[in-house]
Amino acid sequence: MLDPDLVARVEQDMRAVPDPEIPVITIDDLGVIRRVETADVDGHPGMRVTITPTYSGCPAMHAMADAVVEAGRAHGIPVEVVTRLSPAWTTDWMSEQGRARLRRFGIAPPTGERAHAAPPGPVPVGLQLRVVTCPQCGSDDTEEVARFGSTACKALRRCRTCREPFDEFKTI
Amino acid sequence: MTEQHHVDYLLGLGDDALIYAQRLGEWLTHAPQIEEDMALGNVALDLVGQARALLTHAGEVEGADPVRDEDDLAMLRHEREFRNVQLVEQPRGDFAHEMARLLWFSTYQRELYTAVLTSTDETLAGVAAKAVKEVDYHRDHATQWVLRLGDGTQESHDRMQAALVAVHPYVAELGEDHDAARWAAEHRVGVLPSSLTDAVNAYVVGVLEQATLAMPDAPRWHARGGRAGVHSEVMGYLLAEMQHLHRSHPGASW
Repeated sequence: MLDPDLVARVEQDMRAVPDPEIPVITIDDLGVIRRVETADVDGHPGMRVTITPTYSGCPAMHAMADAVVEAGRAHGIPVEVVTRLSPAWTTDWMSEQGRARLRRFGIAPPTGERAHAAPPGPVPVGLQLRVVTCPQCGSDDTEEVARFGSTACKALRRCRTCREPFDEFKTI
Repeated sequence: MTEQHHVDYLLGLGDDALIYAQRLGEWLTHAPQIEEDMALGNVALDLVGQARALLTHAGEVEGADPVRDEDDLAMLRHEREFRNVQLVEQPRGDFAHEMARLLWFSTYQRELYTAVLTSTDETLAGVAAKAVKEVDYHRDHATQWVLRLGDGTQESHDRMQAALVAVHPYVAELGEDHDAARWAAEHRVGVLPSSLTDAVNAYVVGVLEQATLAMPDAPRWHARGGRAGVHSEVMGYLLAEMQHLHRSHPGASW
């Protein structure tokens, strides 16, 4: 039987594991950890952590899973990481704290609306389909430079007010 | 007892994603602008992720002793054992060719993954739930480029139109039914490819109209046989490049 205080401490360490690509947010901020429980791991009392991957091909997921196992190992607790695909991860699971941290780091957090091509037919002038606020200066006057950015989860934008480029965490 | 049709159905989906990812990866440093290098690289990465999950699952369903894992299936199968359509193995043409292929393929994938969200194969349904959001971005990306090129200059319009004509003979195979798919549809694991065709066409036609492009006339021949392991000449070269490292250094890792 594992000491509940120790388990709680280890769980805290696990949730504090940073995203290797965006180290200002933790995997808990991302909402990747779905469940932490004590479990029998290969015949030893240990912990089972259920995670839901962000993007199918995101290479950071492996680093995160390894770090979670390492957090347990540091206290001599064997950890089993289980991947659960369904329900699929969505940026809605990202914590408010995570969003604030992203913004401070210079990445616009997910808006909750997906970027889409303009609907067919005439597009009314001045109607903005989606507002992405510049994390540097706070202006809403920003434009998309590239839908696909430096990692699977980000798009590249530019602020028309302060002229700075910035990353946007894509809504999925 | 292993249901070979189930394995083949999963291999078809996984191989489409894997082989197309390999082709898309070739665009890195070759796209017209650096943002496109990254975009096509990102699309490829999503597809590799889908392929990994699908091939891993195919190996589990197959239940060989020992179980074939994702690497065994991707790197140690021979050409005739791959179940992808010939569309995805074709060499990349110019950028317009790639956008034509991506438009059709991502539209097909989006309809496919949407249809298998309710699959009785829970792992496949899970992969689809994740993938459907990703391919939505792929389709949107292709759509924007086809609109821009089609409704751009005379030169870009002509080249986009020529690309559609060149890619078109490979599209019909996406909607062709085969034994594995018939089994999958019957057992509610998957769907008949032919059931997706109308929705795929409706979307593509809509984009082409808006882009001032014309849907090419029905081609005089069309590619077939990929789901049965019959591939075009280029497939062997593609596999040689994709597999040589793994085969030269069995079991290597870092």
